[in-house]
Amino acid sequence: MNSLLVADTVSKKFGDFTALNDVSITVPEGSIFGLLGPNGAGKTTLIRIINQITMPDTGSVTLGGEPLQQHHIRDIGYMPEERGLYKSMKVGEQVLYLAQLKGMSKAEAKTRAKHWFEKLEIGDWWGKKIQELSKGQAQKIQFVVTVMHQPKLLIFDEPFSGFDPINANLIKDEILQLRDEGATVIFSTHRMESVEELCDHIALINKSNKILDGEINTIKRAYQNNTFDIGVQVVDETAFAKAQQQLASSFKVTPAQFKSLGNEHKLRVEMGDNGTPNELLSTLQTYGQVTHFVEVIPSVNDIFIQTVSQNK
Amino acid sequence: MTFLSPLILVGMILLISYLTQLNSEDKRTIVVVDESGQFETVFFNTDKTSYVNLSDQGLDAGKEVAKDDAYYGLIHISKNPETATNPVTFYGNETPSFDYIGDIEDRIEKRITDQNLVAQGINLTVLETAKSTIDINIENFSGESSSKMSNWVKAGFGGAAGYLLMMFIIIYGNMVMRSVIEEKTNRIIEVIISSVKPFQLMMGKILGTTLAGITQFAIWVLVGGVLLVVLTAFFGVDPSAATAVNPAASQAQQIAQDPNMMIELLQEVQKLPLLQLVGGFFIYFIGGYFLYSSIYAAIGAAVDNETDTQQFMLPIIMPLMLAIYVGFFAVIDNPHGTVATVFSIIPLTSPIVMLMRIPFEVPLWQIILSITLLIATFVFTVWFGSKIYRVGILMYGKKPTYKDLIKWLKY
Repeated sequence: MNSLLVADTVSKKFGDFTALNDVSITVPEGSIFGLLGPNGAGKTTLIRIINQITMPDTGSVTLGGEPLQQHHIRDIGYMPEERGLYKSMKVGEQVLYLAQLKGMSKAEAKTRAKHWFEKLEIGDWWGKKIQELSKGQAQKIQFVVTVMHQPKLLIFDEPFSGFDPINANLIKDEILQLRDEGATVIFSTHRMESVEELCDHIALINKSNKILDGEINTIKRAYQNNTFDIGVQVVDETAFAKAQQQLASSFKVTPAQFKSLGNEHKLRVEMGDNGTPNELLSTLQTYGQVTHFVEVIPSVNDIFIQTVSQNK
Repeated sequence: MTFLSPLILVGMILLISYLTQLNSEDKRTIVVVDESGQFETVFFNTDKTSYVNLSDQGLDAGKEVAKDDAYYGLIHISKNPETATNPVTFYGNETPSFDYIGDIEDRIEKRITDQNLVAQGINLTVLETAKSTIDINIENFSGESSSKMSNWVKAGFGGAAGYLLMMFIIIYGNMVMRSVIEEKTNRIIEVIISSVKPFQLMMGKILGTTLAGITQFAIWVLVGGVLLVVLTAFFGVDPSAATAVNPAASQAQQIAQDPNMMIELLQEVQKLPLLQLVGGFFIYFIGGYFLYSSIYAAIGAAVDNETDTQQFMLPIIMPLMLAIYVGFFAVIDNPHGTVATVFSIIPLTSPIVMLMRIPFEVPLWQIILSITLLIATFVFTVWFGSKIYRVGILMYGKKPTYKDLIKWLKY
């Protein structure tokens, strides 16, 4: 797969504060790339460098193989975390103005805007002022402004904050459709669970350093630990207690948390390299009815916490 | 608002001139008690003041009359005004105006002086005819004559242009600053700045505001002028009454009333270096405005809200005030003196000071030097401003200091 955007050892300092320290990322074309990390990690700084709002101290960024240049702003659609529009300007005029700033002709902008307004069913907002709209409605306009010039690269900083669940879903579907039409998407967020399901690639940033990146399934596979949540409806309590001790001697066994209707024993068993799920299952069968047997796939959040604590 | 403002302005002017007329139409009556008997002819009735002579009734009776009839006041002159310590006293409920007291003093002084002169055996009519007035004719070496009037006209032109520029800078510079702050508070700035360069944004803002400002200014002047003429004719109110208190304005009025002086005035206007004046006006007006509004924009970029701008206003207001003062004192006193010359070359003050000097014919090299410096400084401030812009627009919630601004330059 071709890479659309490559940031190579990018560093940025503000005075004594290092915002980014030799961060490199590669965003494959047509992917949804998650830029994840806690608040203040440096995600927004990296995005601003990609948008040419700030310049890196060292390192380089290329888009489609070319070093970033002024004309590349037309290929990027950016929805910043701090969203805003001119409050006393009419929706239609504003959308056309911002599209023209991105290099579209007025006629072209008008056609595209009409298309989006119909698609999102907001056609009757055209002549309204932004201050007459609700916050969620204004966010929709912001989304239209971001995607209207059909950019190759879409960057969303904290995309779903401020959207109600219905609109968040609507926007999510639109983004997925844009991806299917060929756009590459970068999501930046500190709420990792919110975009985990959408991303196929991620990079984790913590305290100005990139600590992990790659394809999300590869990463998860690397962090999966042969761990299963099990539920057993036990027949013989004393025998099971003995079996539990036996399990604990070879594996890490902790109480598991999952929802069930019965009063079965709930355990989380980390087998590592010492066993297979089949062996575990056949052992458990002998003590009673197995009601629950699910592999625990590490969440990005778990991976993040684990990586950060390892790096300390 | 653009069309309403001149209406309001004209309304204000008419109201003020009407009120001024009303105020001075108040007629006063004053009792005179002159115990010396020398000043009877001094107090003659005028439009605004009439006098009642009660010298034969004495001071106390006079006071009673003045009080009972609610007269404005009483003037008492003692028996031997030449020797008494306080020969003249004014009694009244309120303190009379300086103008009025000065007028009375002048009259009494003149009478006493005349009496002294007569006592010394001097014939007053001879003295009067011996008096002479001189008008110095000023010519340059190539034979072109000018007059004091020409200095008046030049100072008037320069002063008006300089003052206009200062007003324009303050009003529309602030507009640039507010529009920058507005984009910051609206949080749209990050969207904009990811589409255009800060330098472009800043230049566009300054240019756009300038054009909007010039349009608005032109509308004000046109609508205001037309309205003033129409309303003046309609209501018969004299707008210059509002300014008549000012001696300079009353001189202008005098000029306007004298047809010979009017012709001289027009001749002087024609003799001005009009081409240089108009060209200079445009260059310095635009250059000066650009320079200041780029500073305004940088301030807007550095702060979060308008209250925080106060600390940065000094570098704008100081040179502006300095330029105006230097212009009105140094330039009019001596247009080619060292102070005037230096300040007309230093960029921050040059637009106003040079505008005021141009009617007095400035050497070409000075104009070229000052324009070059002005343009160079303008480009530098826009660069400096867009640096601050780049960092400042994305900084929220922090009130920056001058030290921070210097630090931002390095980011």
